[in-house]
Amino acid sequence: MEIKLENKKRSGPVLFSEYKRGDGIRKAVELGRENILFELKNSGLKGRGGAGFPTSTKWMLSAAANADKKFIVCNADEGEPGTFKDRVLLLEYPELVFDGMVIAGFTIGAQTGIVYLRGEYEYMLQPLEDYLAKVREDNLLGKNILGKENFDFDISIRLGSGAYVCGEETALIESLEGCRGEPRNRPPYPVNTGYLGYPTVVNNVETLASVSHIVLKGGEWFKKYGTDKSTGSKLFSVSGDCEKPGVYELPWGTKIKELLEIVGAKNTKAVQAGGASGTCIPKTQFDRMLGYEDAATGGSIIIFNESRNMLKVLKNFMEFFIEESCGQCTPCRIGNIKLMDGIEKIESGEFTFSYINNLKELGRTMQVASKCGLGQSSPNSFISILENFKEEILNTNWKGKENV
Amino acid sequence: MSKRENIRVPVSQQPFTVTKPEDTTTIGGTVTVQINEKKFSVPLGTTILEACRQNQIHIPTLCHHPDLCIAGVCRICVVDVEGMKTLQTACSFPITTPIKIHTSTPMVRKARRHIIDLLLSEHYGECYSCFRNGSCELQSLAKEYGVDEYTFGHADKPRYQVDRSSAAVVRDMSKCILCKRCVRTCIDLQEVGVLEAINRGHETYIGTFLDKPLADVICINCGQCINRCPTAALRANDPSDEIWEAIDNPKKHVIIQTAPSPRAAIGEEFGIEAGHSFTGELNTALKRIGFDKVFDTNFTADLTIIEEGTELLYRLKKIIVDKDESVKLPQFTSCSPGWIKFIEHFYPEYLGYLSTAKSPQQMFGAIMKTFYAKQAGINPADIVTVALMPCAAKKFECNRPEMNSSGYKDVDYGLTTREMAKMIREAGIYLPEMPKANFDEPFGDASGAGLIFGATGGVMEAALRTVYELVTGREVPFKNLAIEPCRGFEGVKQASVKLENCVDQYKFLEGVELKFVVAHGTANAKKVMEMLRKGELSNVHFVEIMACPGGCLGGGGQPIPTNAEIRKKRAQAIYAEEESLTVRKSHENPHIKYIYENFLTDGPCGKLSHKLLHTHYLKRGKFIS
Repeated sequence: MEIKLENKKRSGPVLFSEYKRGDGIRKAVELGRENILFELKNSGLKGRGGAGFPTSTKWMLSAAANADKKFIVCNADEGEPGTFKDRVLLLEYPELVFDGMVIAGFTIGAQTGIVYLRGEYEYMLQPLEDYLAKVREDNLLGKNILGKENFDFDISIRLGSGAYVCGEETALIESLEGCRGEPRNRPPYPVNTGYLGYPTVVNNVETLASVSHIVLKGGEWFKKYGTDKSTGSKLFSVSGDCEKPGVYELPWGTKIKELLEIVGAKNTKAVQAGGASGTCIPKTQFDRMLGYEDAATGGSIIIFNESRNMLKVLKNFMEFFIEESCGQCTPCRIGNIKLMDGIEKIESGEFTFSYINNLKELGRTMQVASKCGLGQSSPNSFISILENFKEEILNTNWKGKENV
Repeated sequence: MSKRENIRVPVSQQPFTVTKPEDTTTIGGTVTVQINEKKFSVPLGTTILEACRQNQIHIPTLCHHPDLCIAGVCRICVVDVEGMKTLQTACSFPITTPIKIHTSTPMVRKARRHIIDLLLSEHYGECYSCFRNGSCELQSLAKEYGVDEYTFGHADKPRYQVDRSSAAVVRDMSKCILCKRCVRTCIDLQEVGVLEAINRGHETYIGTFLDKPLADVICINCGQCINRCPTAALRANDPSDEIWEAIDNPKKHVIIQTAPSPRAAIGEEFGIEAGHSFTGELNTALKRIGFDKVFDTNFTADLTIIEEGTELLYRLKKIIVDKDESVKLPQFTSCSPGWIKFIEHFYPEYLGYLSTAKSPQQMFGAIMKTFYAKQAGINPADIVTVALMPCAAKKFECNRPEMNSSGYKDVDYGLTTREMAKMIREAGIYLPEMPKANFDEPFGDASGAGLIFGATGGVMEAALRTVYELVTGREVPFKNLAIEPCRGFEGVKQASVKLENCVDQYKFLEGVELKFVVAHGTANAKKVMEMLRKGELSNVHFVEIMACPGGCLGGGGQPIPTNAEIRKKRAQAIYAEEESLTVRKSHENPHIKYIYENFLTDGPCGKLSHKLLHTHYLKRGKFIS
């Protein structure tokens, strides 16, 4: 059964460019492992989930690992607030994602691929399973793919249960193993000790989709788009105060103000790049460009116009982190609560500036001492919003000024 | 890279091994690491924490425990590794490349201080009234890092209700700092798995299956979690107030029996290095506290050996001579109450393999309230028996409903080493300064065989000394009676001794290779039980199992902290004390002879001893309603 297209046909330079199912796999077999890794390295592709780890390095490490089994995991636990690009890719471009997984398996020598699908995307499960069945029939999945001896790879889909932290790769693996979704210590990294202790590559949906294009069209072609440090293009899930929210493919390096123009945003006060765990960019900095080297994002762009109360925005984000912290490590478990206490004190106006500074210091500790990306990034919005909207938030709420 | 052995334990909590690169000549299997501008060479895969400790660089830890696998959750041990964006936990970071580490940068110090501040803001610390006052790891960290105010507040109300349901372990989760040492102890070290984190984020707490009270889950009361808890979230159920009351009541005749392991460890409670026995000093202290009689549990340990050894010989005879197929072999020891509850929960179908002999503690109580009461002319109702034990499970054991064969509660109170030390301090006594004194008669003289019950393998060694001599008429063929295969801390030990030239009564055992297995810690017990299930123990005759790692000397009532080195020293203290004794075989203890001549006149495993000294077990199963 054909997956029903959810939206209009999209267009874009890289991901939404022409691609026919299986083309990437055919080219991969033709190229061979070393050449794939070379193309990948040449392309400069970095992880699209947000952390931006070079994909070629990840693949090389796991390709070099010596083990009798290896795994490819597609991280489709798209949980970052304001991100919905993976949903589009899976529903409208499944060939890119699954071909990417097969190519990954071929390259590092894995026979098994697992898609960790966000619990809320359960409705996609059946169409995706149907798609996989069809691909199996066409011998693009299963045993001796494309008639090539010993090229075996199959994909299964597993549903998450709604925990945001399970988008962190080691927590995802714990969850796959049936344990509490809690991040592991790193090192050892999943490329050596991953799912069931075997070398495992965990890649974001969009990363795998990019791989299919890169293998087919080459690293040089990919590099034409974007900047030196952020090559290629990126899918942005734009939401908030704008006329045309949706998923956009734009080359890295696009300026925030350009993006705002494209989506028809007016009277914009701030842009939250990277979802709840990202940073809040005020109007004065709209010249900044989107990219790993400047305003990094896993795709989430949330636009706030002048009518928005930034303290409420911040409170909303903090509520999210308190809800989603796994509770394993001290800085994240208790730190987020303390930041929330601070926000409530600001709301009531009963705070001192030294107390707020203490909390910012605490936030910096959380950024460096938390066990995983969740706790490391949860204070981002606290710090950036309080710094960029100091006048609006602190000075107007502070009751102390009445006594001055 | 091998498949994980135990799927139930998350990989993050397993100690990991780092595979060495194929070509070790380039680095020689070691790696040079720079810590605070000084260079050290360490074996590849050493953690930062180990590297620092080896080189006298102090790193604070909280969730880390040498007996347990790595967690990396408290984050107190963070250090700065050059080139890494974030701080790294020293306990979990393996050194595989020549990294540069800084252990005391402003960022590191601030992070540690913040982490302590955060923990203190949630920890319901009533330091004055806390039994860990002075031994609390959080308290000492606060001191170490100069915490002089509660930067982020302080919990002034308890968050959770205290669970006092268990006879052995009290859980006060308001004091818990979620280091998960107890969880790792329960599931990894002991493989029981009663405790687990419940809920998520700030709502996380350590709880039991379906949040049931501890008394209603499969807890075996071993108390190992108490020994590893850094705060007072877990503690033993302390009966010292009741004991004081009994002591202060002139009508009550209060008897205390002391087990060998507390004597070898109680010095640690008074600041003495591990490895010194204070038996004589303790006798004086206990008399000064006001106990009417101070007896030696080893006396009934000897009695246990006679009863259990005889039972083994009966079983052998029934199988070999009478061809009775209903008799189960190997016979398992039954003196560790944690192990008893473990087998009742996890292997109830194998209860027939357990010796029916009671533990020395319970035999003692039964003898006190019958034989001793009669001899001393005291109404058993006025006798209060206290047992000084290294054990939390003994508290549960003495409360088992079947343990009142004397017509009274055989043992009134089980007291741990820690609680004993508290009582001694409360009485104004500094134990190490006490003059030495002997035990009171008539239950004061015991053999060395009873003494070594405290270490893993001790019961087996004691039993072999007696059984071998009964059967062959000669001493066990080991130098200085030290049956070395029984000693040491290996998880599961197996050995055998051949029975030759047997005396007439035991001719049926001629040529039998007496095989035995010794295991300590319930994780190893599980291994032995699985061997039994697979039929791999079919030619084994006797199995000793102790629930706690190291045997009784590593018991859940022993001084905190515990680790392999401390347990080793305690074992050395016990074995050294044993060598100095003249009577070293249970059957040569003159009081044992006396009691069989004058009280248990129908002999070992006779009718009266069955009534007083033997017991039965419950099929509990894993699923309790």
